[in-house]
Amino acid sequence: MKFLSQLISGISLGSIYALIALGYTMVYGIAKMLNFAHGDVIMVGAFVVYTACVKGGMNPVLGVLLAIVFCTVLGVCIERLAYKPLRQAASLAVLITAIGVSYLLQNLALLIFKSDTKQFSSVVMIKPVTVAGLTVSGEIIATIIVSVVIMVALTLFVNKTKPGKAMRAVSEDKGAAQLMGINVNGIISLTFAIGSALAAIAGALMCSTYPALSPYTGAMPGIKAFVAAVFGGIGSIPGAMVGGVLLGVIENLSKGYISSQLSDAIVFAVLILVLLIKPTGIMGKKMTEKV
Amino acid sequence: MKVKQILALVLALVMCFALASCGEKKPTDTPSDTPDVTEDAPQGDVSFEKEGVIKLGGIGPITGDLAQYGVAVQLGAELAVAEINAAGGINGYEVAFKMEDDTGAADIAVNAYNALKDWGMQTLVGTVTSTPCVAVSAEAVNDNMLLLTPSGSSIDAISAGDTCFRVCFSDDNQGIVAADYIADKGLATKVGVIFNSSDSYSTGIKDNLVAEAAKKGLEIVATEAFTNDNATDFSAQLNNVKDAGAELVFLSMYYTPASLLLKQAKDMGYAPIFFGPDGMDGILGMENFDTSLAEGLRYLTPFLENATDDATVKFVESFKAKYPDRASYLNQFAADAYDAIYALKAAYELADVTPETSVSDAGNLLKDALTKVSVDGVTGTAMVWSADGEPQKQPRVAIINNGVVEAA
Repeated sequence: MKFLSQLISGISLGSIYALIALGYTMVYGIAKMLNFAHGDVIMVGAFVVYTACVKGGMNPVLGVLLAIVFCTVLGVCIERLAYKPLRQAASLAVLITAIGVSYLLQNLALLIFKSDTKQFSSVVMIKPVTVAGLTVSGEIIATIIVSVVIMVALTLFVNKTKPGKAMRAVSEDKGAAQLMGINVNGIISLTFAIGSALAAIAGALMCSTYPALSPYTGAMPGIKAFVAAVFGGIGSIPGAMVGGVLLGVIENLSKGYISSQLSDAIVFAVLILVLLIKPTGIMGKKMTEKV
Repeated sequence: MKVKQILALVLALVMCFALASCGEKKPTDTPSDTPDVTEDAPQGDVSFEKEGVIKLGGIGPITGDLAQYGVAVQLGAELAVAEINAAGGINGYEVAFKMEDDTGAADIAVNAYNALKDWGMQTLVGTVTSTPCVAVSAEAVNDNMLLLTPSGSSIDAISAGDTCFRVCFSDDNQGIVAADYIADKGLATKVGVIFNSSDSYSTGIKDNLVAEAAKKGLEIVATEAFTNDNATDFSAQLNNVKDAGAELVFLSMYYTPASLLLKQAKDMGYAPIFFGPDGMDGILGMENFDTSLAEGLRYLTPFLENATDDATVKFVESFKAKYPDRASYLNQFAADAYDAIYALKAAYELADVTPETSVSDAGNLLKDALTKVSVDGVTGTAMVWSADGEPQKQPRVAIINNGVVEAA
């Protein structure tokens, strides 16, 4: 019983990591850059939902849709303004820019919303389910379902559609893709749009499950999700999902059975072990195309 | 490929450090809606016998997670200062009180301390929370300045030297009194503890609670920790205390993580008795907080708004009259600060300290005077201090009933 309930909360936490990791892995796979501002886009998404639903009294579904639109536009703008001019620059320059964007978003949120923690109202309207004495909250159910649906949809999109094919082409060889008539800049923008839309959904779900929102809300989950993406094999969509869920489960089980103080240390130790044994991450090798 | 993975690892580490530093909050200006009482005091026709101003400084989180505490301290202290000035000041001198923001962070608090020293502070009422107080008290001892923290309750908050005092009870006292209360009232025999291992306040209370519980025959069935970095998901900890059969869960933490924890406990259908230290005070004032989650929560507090003793009634009335829109800040921190100012007034009068007295001389005179005075305050009658800075008074226990804090 205890094991089951620890496992379920681990999967729920892991599904949130997975949703965020999908954004990291998509952008890395296609643009070959680590978008460290991704965690903060989640925070922005959550603040949009907070302002629309909690402050403005908007319908939660509409609020989430608004956040998706807002974050998509924000993600594309960030890409155009901050990353596109550096397309030919060293990858380190882009990385530093991403860190700069991350600070910019955090401090803008600090200016607008102040640093005190806001209480978030859940956007999930599913009632908790009790099975054999084990209560699973609606937020957990929603998070798990949403992340599985998104992963399947993304995989289908990348493998079955024309823009998806273009994405795989850009990820394999930018120059060759351009020669084949693919609009590389357009594809990279599309990737950022998808990643940021996912971030908005992750933000809404994360803050519904753990209803505290501050300008730093996205920072730690962002790092953990990045770890999850590397863990699963960065660039691989199923890898991000597997890495995220595994990370959440390991974190929760080590809290539950080993030590609640050492859980983060254990998570990162497992990461180091995995990378030593399989440097490409769990699913890194199987996927020849890096999307 | 290998190179890329190593690069990724290195970058991850760089990122960890980069983001670790984002956790430290930057100081922001005092919210403009905070009334700065000292500027318009003294009001009306009050005239002071002597020239000069006694300058008292305050440091606390006016913004950030712990703003409930800092603003309450500011309002409580400013209320006391306004009352004292209206009654002719201390030793005939006007009193000025200036509050600086530390957002609860030690490094910012030290900057705030230096800013206040430049302003001419003679005595420090602060800091509000324990962790910054450890840093600031070391500075105050270097300057031999009297430091009277209203609410810094960790043991080491005032252990830097003999010029450090506090109004609130120490963590020692909180952990011990909580264990005594649970045992004496027969609330539970099996107790689970959840604490923030990255915070000295939480850890201090937990250590003393666990030690005292052993003496009182309470069984601590589970001790679970979390850190500031993962203070959102408590399901594993709650599962563990639930599984260990805890009838009472002691939440050794501040109210922000507690509000999340209470929601998750409700979501998983776990409803033990929740008991906390004075850091729970303010949970009902959180914006958009579902107060039904805190129903039945007990916590230690030296101040209860609806207590009926004369000092409390007078304090509550004047607080509400002065700050009609800010009733949510009428909590123990406001009361601690109010008592701190009156305790300083008693010590200043006994030692006959004037604005001309140097900081160091004032420190020597006041530290002796404070051990000789007895103050009847809002947070306890006949409060006395020992030379190590600890006050003598017993904490009380509050319980949240129908969204209202009552005496348990």
